[in-house]
Amino acid sequence: MKARAGIFAAGQLRWLGLFLLLSNSVSAASPFESPAPLTPQNKIDELVSARWQALNLTPAQLCSDPVFVRRIYLDVTGTLPAAAEAQAFILDQNPGKRAVLIDRLLANDEFADYFAMKWGDALRIKAEFPINLWPNAAQAYHRWIHDAIRDNVPWDKIATEMLTASGSNFEKPPVNFYRAMQNRTPTGIAQAVALTFLGERADHWPSNDLANLAVFFANVGYKSTAEWKEEIVFFNLASTNAGALNGSPKKAIFPDGEKVTLSPDKDPRAVFASWLVKNPQFARSLANRTWSWLLGCGIVQEPDDFRTDNPPSNPALLDFLAEDFAASGFDFKHVCREILNSKTYQLAAIPQSQSPAAAANFAFYPLRRLDAEVLIDAVDQITGTNENYSSAIPEPYTFIPGDLRSIALPDGSITSGFLDQFGRPPRDTGQEAERNNKISAGQKLTLLNSSSMQRKIETSRMVAFQTSANRTPPEIITGMYLGILSRFPTVEEQTEAQTYFQSGMGKRQAVVDLAWALMNSTEFIYRH
Amino acid sequence: MSAFHFDFEKQRPRISRREAIRRALFVTSGLVLANHISFRAFGAAPSARAKAVIQVWMWGGPSHTDIFDPKPDAGYDYCGPLKTPIETNVSGIRIGELLPVLAKQADKYSIIRSMTHGNNGHETAAYITQTGRQPGGRLVYPAVGSVVSLTKGYDAGYKGLIPPYIVLTEPQGRFDEAGFLGAKYRPFATGGNPAQTPFAVEGIIAPGITAEHQKGRRELLHHLDTLAQALPADPQVVANAQAENAAYDMILGDGAKVFDLSEEKPELRDRYGRNKFGQSCLVARRLIERGIPYVTINSGGWDTHKNNFQTMQRQLPELDKGMGTLLQDLAERGLLDSTIVWWGGEFGRTPKVQWEAPWNGGRGHWGKVFSSVVAGGGFKGGHVIGASDAKGEEVKERPVYPVDVIGSIYAQLGIEAATKLPNPEGQPTFVMPQPADGIKSAGLLKEIMSA
Repeated sequence: MKARAGIFAAGQLRWLGLFLLLSNSVSAASPFESPAPLTPQNKIDELVSARWQALNLTPAQLCSDPVFVRRIYLDVTGTLPAAAEAQAFILDQNPGKRAVLIDRLLANDEFADYFAMKWGDALRIKAEFPINLWPNAAQAYHRWIHDAIRDNVPWDKIATEMLTASGSNFEKPPVNFYRAMQNRTPTGIAQAVALTFLGERADHWPSNDLANLAVFFANVGYKSTAEWKEEIVFFNLASTNAGALNGSPKKAIFPDGEKVTLSPDKDPRAVFASWLVKNPQFARSLANRTWSWLLGCGIVQEPDDFRTDNPPSNPALLDFLAEDFAASGFDFKHVCREILNSKTYQLAAIPQSQSPAAAANFAFYPLRRLDAEVLIDAVDQITGTNENYSSAIPEPYTFIPGDLRSIALPDGSITSGFLDQFGRPPRDTGQEAERNNKISAGQKLTLLNSSSMQRKIETSRMVAFQTSANRTPPEIITGMYLGILSRFPTVEEQTEAQTYFQSGMGKRQAVVDLAWALMNSTEFIYRH
Repeated sequence: MSAFHFDFEKQRPRISRREAIRRALFVTSGLVLANHISFRAFGAAPSARAKAVIQVWMWGGPSHTDIFDPKPDAGYDYCGPLKTPIETNVSGIRIGELLPVLAKQADKYSIIRSMTHGNNGHETAAYITQTGRQPGGRLVYPAVGSVVSLTKGYDAGYKGLIPPYIVLTEPQGRFDEAGFLGAKYRPFATGGNPAQTPFAVEGIIAPGITAEHQKGRRELLHHLDTLAQALPADPQVVANAQAENAAYDMILGDGAKVFDLSEEKPELRDRYGRNKFGQSCLVARRLIERGIPYVTINSGGWDTHKNNFQTMQRQLPELDKGMGTLLQDLAERGLLDSTIVWWGGEFGRTPKVQWEAPWNGGRGHWGKVFSSVVAGGGFKGGHVIGASDAKGEEVKERPVYPVDVIGSIYAQLGIEAATKLPNPEGQPTFVMPQPADGIKSAGLLKEIMSA
């Protein structure tokens, strides 16, 4: 313990040193940065700042409270703060308010919605081609993973339940793990398992290693029932796949090289699952995934492409997170909480170092375009509108209630031009890179000039309220900044917007245009 | 202390040094393929006859026996009221009685009456007919439009503002058309309805907003974009600005004019049919004139499980005027020689009518045999390839598989079968299936391809 405290103190000194170095060179506070010192909050900060020291990188300043409140809502719940929530947080004088808000948001329903969406991508939860889970099964599977995240079920348990599940796709949702893949051969299953739980692309493994892993899934059987599209996943004792894979149905080898003798009456999937959750790569891959979701870049990047020739940018940090995750009993919210409370996570998006190593070493918070679902939800929240999702194929048709938010869609095959245009993953492979958050001219056309966006703004309650008779331009502008950008306008912005209000157009037109401009700003479209 | 102790290095999956190097090379080459493949090979191949494709896609599965493969001798239980096919301008070829305009253009197209894949699911059959592949592998292959977008689009020197792969008007959305090629090669769906004035192409034409107003509010946006001002060199901010400039080039520049059908003569618009399908055909011609290499007209409503004949009475005249006028118009403008028109859906429909409730004269899915039509771009007109049997239920002669039509289209476009398709996993994938893929094929449509 003593040694630990010593290291911590040394880390603290380094941080203070960095701060002193910076405090003279930084200009007056922008609305995005805070002058508060970069005192390390936890072990994460020590390990990250050690890399900055080693590489001579200057970190960004801390982000301001308005940036924090918007960022934390988006990163933890996939949802914008309401104007009143943002305002209350900004004005709150409690010095520990950031930690309080983190705890509150981790308990929100939207936390489960948002991370069930992320896991839905990784698990390929999709009713239609090429995964073909079928609507009932996709919804049951989504509900199951959603509730597990909401209830913070330990991840060793979640993984074990998926890997060892047997039964009906409608009644035993985790069996859909074995259905949510195009290639349901033992080799195909092994690839999906490696990608999902080890963060490795088994197609790049030596073929022996892949065949060895496949042996554990050689007895996965599928059969249909009299119920339309029901499918039973079961332990098929009669299967001869194992022998075909490695010549011996009894001997199996784990991915780390350890050998095991399988007994013929025991489902080898259970043998594998108990090995998996004790293997450090399991904790490493899940911790790294979590880090990449929150900070926009994995410690190993891509987060599902661990290879010896793709090393972590900060091995000590990855080791710490993985150990901490395992020690917490695979408590997902615990890892999130540790990361979110770190000063590393709370850095501003304005880099102070132009070195290319700054991004890989988390020396600033990277801008990322909002995910398709998060973006349309944000637009709908501000304008008080919603989406009408349905899927006409396959029958029976799927109709999604209008008040269901896009991050909570259970099925990746629900038809939506907007979501497709903004890079919703097709959920064909389960790879993280399937989600495409690159901006395109087509996306800009939609946001800048489409009839649907224009209609949403023009018919919004916000515009109706802000144009009511007693509202003055300064009040309108402040209210719209809080509602759309979760912060107060700067003096310059207030002046600029007032000039527009006085430029001769009607008040209503000015309000619509201001809403349009703020919703097309970089600040709105990008996490920052 | 945790329940178990970690020793990360020891527990890494075992691989030898040699293997690590092999993996590194393999993976690196995969990444190179995915991101930086050289597309010089995609320049105009000397063998290319066609420059562009108009795909007339009949979503739902059009009834082959009511359209291009009539079976008047099969009797009422098969033909229903549509029992008197009409002669075309090519002796010996007869088509459905609701297609008088197309009957006068039969010298311009060839009918394939022996299409087959045996699949009766909408999505799987749509995948097979538009990719030539079989579902169930690990990869989702790109549809023809995305392959053309890859080989004739921005990577091959196309510089137009309008994206190279357009869908009129709604996205097909049954599978990811771009497959593993990724979002860059997805089609741009226009939205809107070209039969209305103006044709409100989503994002490009905003009715009621003047150019001056567009410029004024754009200026407001720039003045208030405080984060972009704070981060002028951020790669995301730069990419956003580039995308915005491209968008405004279309909104305020010439890009939008291609969608302005008021530039066309009213009589011609009438001939195409003043409906969504007909005017989409006209827009497709205008896009082809401006060099867009691939346009899909996505026509729905062909999944006629119920009341098939009422639907045919309503929809076939629109199909007839739209596609018939398109062929004639393309030919008159000298565009048909370089433009392939490809008509078809994912399968045909049950030749024997289901008269009983709840179908009330409906037809089910039929993947065993169905029809496709190709015209222009080097395909000869006035021919019939293959035949179905007397009732239109089975292939009688010369089976044609989807991959054969697709391969023939690629050949006319000068896209080499062995051209590599970049895929994210670094696997070797090609424009056309390899023998090992086990895709059924009867070869290219040599009968109607000029030597």
